[in-house]
Amino acid sequence: MEQAPLAELHDISKRFGGVVALDKVNLAINSGEVIGLVGDNGAGKSTLIKVLSGAHSPDRGEILFEGSPVHIRNPRSAKELGIETVYQDLALVDTLDVPGNIFLGREIIKFGFGPLRVLDKSRMAQRAKNILQSLGISLEALRTEVGLLSGGQRQSVAVSRAVFTEPKLVILDEPTAALAVREVDHVLDLVHNLRTQHIGLIFISHVLQEVFAVADRIVVLRKGQKVADLVTEKTSMDAVVNFMVGQIEDDDSYA
Amino acid sequence: MPERWRIWALDYGIYVVFVLLMLVMWQLSPYFLTASNLLNIGSQVSMIAVVAIGMTMVILMAEIDLSVGSVAALAGAVTAGLIHSAPNGWSLWLWLTIAISAGMAVGFLAGLVNGLFVVWGGIPSFIVTLGTLSIGRGLVLLYTGGRPIFGFGEAFAKISWGHIGTVPLPIVIMLSLYLLAWLFLRETQLGRYIYAIGANKEAVDLAGVKYRPIKVSIFALAGTFSALAGIMLTSRLDSAQPTAAMGWELDVIAAVVLGGASLYGGRGTVAKTLVGAFIIQLISNGLNLLEVQAYWQQIAKGSIILIALLIERILSGRR
Repeated sequence: MEQAPLAELHDISKRFGGVVALDKVNLAINSGEVIGLVGDNGAGKSTLIKVLSGAHSPDRGEILFEGSPVHIRNPRSAKELGIETVYQDLALVDTLDVPGNIFLGREIIKFGFGPLRVLDKSRMAQRAKNILQSLGISLEALRTEVGLLSGGQRQSVAVSRAVFTEPKLVILDEPTAALAVREVDHVLDLVHNLRTQHIGLIFISHVLQEVFAVADRIVVLRKGQKVADLVTEKTSMDAVVNFMVGQIEDDDSYA
Repeated sequence: MPERWRIWALDYGIYVVFVLLMLVMWQLSPYFLTASNLLNIGSQVSMIAVVAIGMTMVILMAEIDLSVGSVAALAGAVTAGLIHSAPNGWSLWLWLTIAISAGMAVGFLAGLVNGLFVVWGGIPSFIVTLGTLSIGRGLVLLYTGGRPIFGFGEAFAKISWGHIGTVPLPIVIMLSLYLLAWLFLRETQLGRYIYAIGANKEAVDLAGVKYRPIKVSIFALAGTFSALAGIMLTSRLDSAQPTAAMGWELDVIAAVVLGGASLYGGRGTVAKTLVGAFIIQLISNGLNLLEVQAYWQQIAKGSIILIALLIERILSGRR
């Protein structure tokens, strides 16, 4: 018998006023699998991941996580389940250093008096170093403000921040959008690296080459509906583009 | 300008300015560099400096508090009024403690109102605190009937005129609060959140940190610092004037901004704010020594803020 998927979305719908952002979307994600989520602007990609990361709650539908139904009310409850999101705009604090960002919201505390908790900066720096090393990221100046780092370095920090809690599902929202070509390869390596750690991954990108390079399955959204769910090896870029722009209307070309 | 110089100027420029000003003052008056004069300057600056601690924290969160002067005056007046209405038979020290605590509580409440309107009302802090600036001053006038309350006796005067060893008490108060605030901002989780809230509050929110109560608390803390300074002023003058602490907001914001804190939040330290406060005080003293008319002093202070801000903008490459 096959193991239950890591996460399952059943008939997820979400409206914003009169706009249908998601229309009965079904999706299953397995551990150790990279799903490439693609679609034109406004296809519902962002809304879908926000439902999973707790930023939006769906109007209809059910989410199963590790086989049991869950309500993801806010980012905190997503994190508690083991769902981490690396947002497109990175959600980093530019004026804090690298460990400061990786540990934001879960600082290591030396000791405390009530609300006054003293930070254990050296332990955070040490652990940050270890995390970066384990991901194959070489970052010399840990104490640098992240605002002064390059786009790729910032992305590395954001990813480190997400995987640090040993999550079960990581959502990468356009992790390569603002990067130089050389840095894109680095992030794709990072994604490969994460997959070997048996984490479920959702990878969102506008660039199909990247999606084909890292994804095991490609899910296409169009106008809030899932129009295709394809095994990467058995499909082609042309086919995916056709689904994205709606050239193929039939829904039964599931792989 | 080479990158290294630019960063150096941003980090250490303030200290250079401070030393230069000290040299200028020394040239202006041979008495300047005497211990008694320096301690006197320290006492004079202590009130503005205490308010500037709270202001630094508020500005680090990318907010502003314009109500500090009114809150200081209100707290001073409440404490003054209570001292005068001491009930017979109460211990003087106990009653002074009550009066001072009540003044501080007024500041705390005023700050709390500021924070609640900003955070839960969603109103920009400069508008909220402009409103409480006006309300606070009105309450001072109502409470005092527009007349000064004065004459509080020796015990209360000690706050501003007492010494520990040879060091005036206001300087001791100021420096201990600065030390605590410095440790708080550098070494504690809450201190770190104050920086993070100012730099990117969405990131703080997404990290699962409840930043709203933190923001309200810091406004309340800033109000408390203003109140303490107002009480120190009342003690120093032995009088609570209805117009006391008018225009403090300018001096305090100038101190923080000269200290290099960014009005866009997330950047600044209390140590530099303290240097900024001393610079403001030295400029006032210098202008006095040069017998510059008070009207011109106002113009000079305003100009210094604007020029300092412009230099900071240019150096940090955001212009």
